[in-house]
Amino acid sequence: MSAPSVQTANGEAIIELRGVKKVYGEGESEVRALAGIDFDIARGDFVAIMGTSGSGKSTCMNILGCLDVPTAGSYRLAGVTTTDLHGDGLTLLRRHYIGFVFQGFNLLSRTSALENVELPLVYRRVAARERRTAALRSLELVGLSDRADHTPQELSGGQQQRVAIARALVTDPELLLADEPTGNLDSARTQEIMNLLVDLNRKRGITIVMVTHEPDVAAYANRVVVFRDGLIVEDSRPGRAH
Amino acid sequence: MFLQTVLMALREIRRNTLRSVLTMLGVVIGVGAVIALVSVGRGATQKVTADIGKLGKNLLMVSAGARVKGGASSAAQSLNMADMQAIAREISGVHAVAPGSSSQQQVIYGNKNASTSITGTDNNFFEVRGYAIEKGRQFTEAEAQSGVPVCVIGATVKTELFATTDPLGAQVRVGKISCQIIGTLVSKGTAGMGQDQDDLMLMPLATFQRRITGNNDISLILVSAEEGLDTSIVAESIRALLRQRRHRPVGSDDDFNVRDMAEIADTVTSTTTALTALLGAIAAVSLLVGGIGIMNIMLVSVTERTREIGIRLAIGAFAGEVMMQFLLEAIVLSTLGGIIGVVLGLIGSFFAARALSLPFVIPPEIVGLAFAFSALVGVLFGYLPARKAAQLNPIEALRHE
Repeated sequence: MSAPSVQTANGEAIIELRGVKKVYGEGESEVRALAGIDFDIARGDFVAIMGTSGSGKSTCMNILGCLDVPTAGSYRLAGVTTTDLHGDGLTLLRRHYIGFVFQGFNLLSRTSALENVELPLVYRRVAARERRTAALRSLELVGLSDRADHTPQELSGGQQQRVAIARALVTDPELLLADEPTGNLDSARTQEIMNLLVDLNRKRGITIVMVTHEPDVAAYANRVVVFRDGLIVEDSRPGRAH
Repeated sequence: MFLQTVLMALREIRRNTLRSVLTMLGVVIGVGAVIALVSVGRGATQKVTADIGKLGKNLLMVSAGARVKGGASSAAQSLNMADMQAIAREISGVHAVAPGSSSQQQVIYGNKNASTSITGTDNNFFEVRGYAIEKGRQFTEAEAQSGVPVCVIGATVKTELFATTDPLGAQVRVGKISCQIIGTLVSKGTAGMGQDQDDLMLMPLATFQRRITGNNDISLILVSAEEGLDTSIVAESIRALLRQRRHRPVGSDDDFNVRDMAEIADTVTSTTTALTALLGAIAAVSLLVGGIGIMNIMLVSVTERTREIGIRLAIGAFAGEVMMQFLLEAIVLSTLGGIIGVVLGLIGSFFAARALSLPFVIPPEIVGLAFAFSALVGVLFGYLPARKAAQLNPIEALRHE
């Protein structure tokens, strides 16, 4: 297995969480979603985060994705301490470092696959022609060049998720965050998407963090982290099953 | 980026064509109504002012009988030649004076007949009322003195009785007398309140008094004031003179009536202007309602597109960019509605003006104002929904179903 060598390709951590806590509400109704976690992810790794609902895995994902900020502790992404940033600063980190893949695909409806993939580049102020070229290249990467003009409604679930992955990849992000990417797909599509992610991780060295509750899916990752009650209870590197 | 956002807004509008059209409709109707109503109102004002002007420049009309409620005149001592001569002699600023006794009579020529207004007057009438001879001549001094039956006819009478044949020298029957036509008048068209100014026949006052009415009364004295004078001062002098001549006791009401055309014109103009402003204001309210319609749709749209907003925020849109997108959508919608409204309003007022035979007036400042206001409506009513969109939490927005 070549996975560990990719994981430690340059040994440097892209994600560093230190004593991260997230508390919702106050007083009686206080909910501790994250009870204080320390957690590094190396550049080029493929990490699966598992846990039951309410375990804190989604909160952790939101913080990793700079969509939410921790109540306490620090989070460094690619060397940038995100906990010092607010609003637009976090947006810039998302814009330049992170690609998102969601369970529900979250494509703009009535908008062609190509336009969907172009969207992150619009916010990066890339010129129209370059945008188109990059989006087509990205669609090719996920094997959907021939579906560029189709709207999400005209695509199957697996194809929609591949468009979403193409959208996440079009900016060449350092980090790909996938939240239950196969949650809405049957097993054949699941395999297709997971192979694509593994491929991207291996061939392009993209760091992938994926939330899932299916052990089968988690098994595609190099490293599996299990959350329970806001804490990491298990952190292992099983041999790749597929 | 701005252009990009405008394009994005246009794409969004096109994507929901029906909804966008319905949203714009309020603004379209508002702007269109303001422009059409103001345009037609201005046209009507222009037309009425011009028509009153056509009656004669600086014209004053003196008639016997007090002005009473409802505009009717009560019976009173009538005016006569001496009154008219006194006005011409004693009032300064009087340019010309003409008698104008008239009566509605049947005029017959061959097998055709027409009912028209017969006016007994003198040659000053042409000057005072602004009529010109088209063919033939005015009355001679001898004709005016002797009261021979000669007459000058207006264009309408000429058309009705003679069609294409030459009326000069023809004898027409007016009541019991036979009258020779010595001239025709140049057409003056319609005056204010739709009065046909060409439907008349003129004959010397002496002829009229002797052969038609049988008395020496003058029902109307027409006075034209000198150019540039304030007609109300002239009117006041005439009033004073007539009160004295008719021995009206101090404190009593006038038993005659001096009407000042300039004053009537002012009254009519200010009335139509006020009416135009009122109609414009009502239309402006509908524009406001149109704006609220846009806000309503945009608010619904923000809720409906919560996920989209979440996606945009997650993949790297600034809150400000999302806000700008929604604001621009509202502005594009309302300005597009404004443009369509301006065009439809002008087309509507063009056809309305033609149907009502009014001049077609484009009120430039109202067009500009209505358009600017429609854009402003977009900013004002787009702001709230746009801010709501920008303030969404991306995590919750993405979870929204």
